[in-house]
Amino acid sequence: MRTALFVTCLNDGLFPRSGQATVKLLRRLGVEVEFPPAQSCCGQMHWNTGYRAETARLAAHFVKVFGEYDAVVVPSASCGGMPGEAYERAAETVGDAGLARAVRELAPRVHELTGFLTDVLDVEDVGAYFPHRVTYHPTCHSLRAAPVGARPYRLLRAVAGIEFIELPAQEECCGFGGTFSVKNPAVSGAMNADKARHVLETGASVLAAVDNSCLMNIGGRLAKDGHTVRTMHLAEILARTRADGPVLDLPHSTRELTR
Amino acid sequence: MSSARDDILARVRAANATQRAEPGAVPRTYLRHAPGIDPADRAAVLALFAERLVEYGATVHRVRSADVAAVLAAALPEGSAVVPGGFPAPWLAEWTGAVIADTPPLPAGRLDTVDAVVTTCAAAIADSGTLVLDGGPGQGRRAATLLPDLHLCVVQADQVVSSIPEAIGALNPRRPLTWISGPSATADIEMIRVQGVHGPRRLTVVLVEG
Amino acid sequence: MSRTFVGWPAFPQAAAVATRDAQLRANVARATGTIRAKRAKLVAERPDWEELRDSAAALKDDVLTHLDTYLLQVEEKVTAAGGTVHWARDAAEANRIVTDLVRATGEREIVKVKSMLTEEIGLDNALAAAGIDARETDLAAAIVQLGDDLPSHVVVPALHRNRAEIRDIFVREMGRHGRPAPEGLSDDPPQLAEAARLHMREKFLKAKVAVSGANFLVAETGTAVVVESEGNGRMCLTLADTLITLVGLEKVVPTWRDLEVFLQLLARNATGERMAPYTTTWTGTTPGDGPQTFHLVLVDNGRTRALADEVGRQALRCIRCGACMNICPVYERTGGQSYGSVYPGPIGAILNPLLKGLDDPQTASLPYASSLCGACNDVCPVRIRFTDVLLELRHQVAEGDAKVKHPGEKAALRAVGAVMEHPAAWNAAIRAAGKAGPLIPKKKLPKPLSGWTDSRIVPGIPKESFRAWWERTDGGTE
Ligand code: SF4
Repeated sequence: MRTALFVTCLNDGLFPRSGQATVKLLRRLGVEVEFPPAQSCCGQMHWNTGYRAETARLAAHFVKVFGEYDAVVVPSASCGGMPGEAYERAAETVGDAGLARAVRELAPRVHELTGFLTDVLDVEDVGAYFPHRVTYHPTCHSLRAAPVGARPYRLLRAVAGIEFIELPAQEECCGFGGTFSVKNPAVSGAMNADKARHVLETGASVLAAVDNSCLMNIGGRLAKDGHTVRTMHLAEILARTRADGPVLDLPHSTRELTR
Repeated sequence: MSSARDDILARVRAANATQRAEPGAVPRTYLRHAPGIDPADRAAVLALFAERLVEYGATVHRVRSADVAAVLAAALPEGSAVVPGGFPAPWLAEWTGAVIADTPPLPAGRLDTVDAVVTTCAAAIADSGTLVLDGGPGQGRRAATLLPDLHLCVVQADQVVSSIPEAIGALNPRRPLTWISGPSATADIEMIRVQGVHGPRRLTVVLVEG
Repeated sequence: MSRTFVGWPAFPQAAAVATRDAQLRANVARATGTIRAKRAKLVAERPDWEELRDSAAALKDDVLTHLDTYLLQVEEKVTAAGGTVHWARDAAEANRIVTDLVRATGEREIVKVKSMLTEEIGLDNALAAAGIDARETDLAAAIVQLGDDLPSHVVVPALHRNRAEIRDIFVREMGRHGRPAPEGLSDDPPQLAEAARLHMREKFLKAKVAVSGANFLVAETGTAVVVESEGNGRMCLTLADTLITLVGLEKVVPTWRDLEVFLQLLARNATGERMAPYTTTWTGTTPGDGPQTFHLVLVDNGRTRALADEVGRQALRCIRCGACMNICPVYERTGGQSYGSVYPGPIGAILNPLLKGLDDPQTASLPYASSLCGACNDVCPVRIRFTDVLLELRHQVAEGDAKVKHPGEKAALRAVGAVMEHPAAWNAAIRAAGKAGPLIPKKKLPKPLSGWTDSRIVPGIPKESFRAWWERTDGGTE
């Protein structure tokens, strides 16, 4: 099975550690991913702002880069959802029937990371070790648009040493919404403030999610207010093993200490 | 100049002419009976009906037909009550208050001064705790069941169906229908339910079984 | 003249003011939180909830597809049952019809049952201009009217007010419009409801003309349906001599039996009740019972415009239950008035542009008043896919024939897109970003991105991108 990593533009430029963790994790599970360097962006920002012609161009680029692979793994629910949710309609809008066909054919082979782990590789315990207090925010895309369901929770609960704490009001949007955060900064900021408050209520030292965009939003708020809660893509937690030991500058989970 | 009617119909047709997708058949897979009970189990249907009414804040009396007169005498206030034509007279035999007939129709201001109204109903629904009045015998016109502050409704057990789908086919839409599910209420202030606004503030249901 | 939404600022500006209003935020959050919990409990009670939603959506789609036939059927049945049917292309025409009908009765004060359509067309103001005082009788609508306020919710128009504010409005205003509030009125909700009962009762008893909307209109029988809680609806629909009912074209349902679907969905989803206390259904007039003169006004006012929008027409399925606004995280923080329309929240964000077009900045700002979180999709009883419609409307602004345009944004996104499509250019851009990282101000971005740093810092750009790392380490193997 030829498997490609679509790291996403955001992870490529801003959160390379999430991409590195994904590679390390998959390699541990026996999957050697390729990284086609011509890849760029899924076009989500264009799509969500209404620019369908541009989205169609990026969809065509995506097909060109990834069309030959048996599987494409994406460490992001929202970017990973684009081929299935948007590309066909974008292609129809510009009247490109060939592109519509191509994306229809490719979309089922594009997998968000947690779905790839649980459904394609059929693993839940990925052999991870993370002795810290973690809470998890189900991003809107992973919750409602392309639902990953309980998969991230199952993966997290199987991590050795972890102390997992449910996030209050977790289903509520963090307020990111792509260009929403720039076009409606006041409302977005108000939503984010509540999300950050709920994160603090858990007492967790790490906030995890499957979308770095939302983590960038919540983390930006927490940092601005001077809080030390760290945001980490789920892949970064799942990638760590006992050989890595605890993360040095993070407090240990109480569960680990009492063991 | 074309009429508004013609213009609107033309706009509707123009809008629909450009649509590509014809909608499919309407699925009807929802339940026809109240969930959680066997609709053939009459005791369960009646119990559910009574439970729902009580939840709404209505007063419920479950009685045998021989006891209706006594129960009404106790449940009605001392004063006066509107009694629509066709309401069985024996049921009021033991009540000593003033029977007010609505023939000829009483002015609204007069109805407003009567203490209670007693009626029968056209149907009752267990799942939603609903009484349906259609103005038939014993039910009166709508104003008469609206202005008095207490509405007492006598329901025969065989009138109670389990669900809205069971009830609706038996009702006649040409008649003016009032579906009553508990006393009047509002949640307009901070979404807190307050019972008793403009309609009757108290609802008493006498359920006659056997 | 009471206040209107005319000249209202675009959503981002209105929302910025609203989110700073701590009292408003607390009132809206408390009310929506309460109603969400009630709804969730009652919906969980129905094992066939999703099936009911399927039926409701399909029924409404059938209505829209055959709307001309159904409207003619309504006309025929209502006329045969003693009613008179009027057609109004727009708000002005509807207001003129109603004003003429009321004038013909000679009445100067009439009573109204809450109706979003009459709010939409500004009927109260139109009647006032003709010297007719139309008094709202629904508690929340009356709070808005007495307070010279604007509605903020389709089910509870005064949802943004708390009990203390309501008490003050009653004490201040009731006396100017009839029976004053009782001496020493407290802010206890039962006492406030009692004050409303007394104030309204004298109006109900003397009103000769009533105006209402309708929740549903049955094509097969010509039957109109009003669902309500307080009994003010029954008062108006029953005690007046003349009843004028205004209905949007989309309120039709095909058959009498179809009500079994909608009546099981509406109250549960709207207020968390199995049925609302009162549902009144009537067909034309009935000798000896209720109004002897009945007028039905069928109103377009943009509905046929929405109908022509292939994606957007699903917004016409709406039965105004309010669940989409109750669940909406944006609405919860801005309240309803920020949307500048009597239809706020997710349905307002799509319905207003569909009814009016995307030709003014206020309306054209509404499709962007959403983070696309999709919570509304899950609660809508008629399965409106809000996120699909929002994206379609944004597309109409971005690349379609909306008059409002965002040229700067378009140019910027086009430029970014062009780089993304060209591997060499993109590769260079990512590497340049790493170098530029230290130069980017983390605490204060320039416009138009400055909103981001109002409440967040910008993440640092790592020196080494993922692609650079991959190249350097051969995919992490070195
Ligand atoms: S759009 Fe759907 S959820 Fe919103 S008010 Fe209408 S019916 Fe209710």
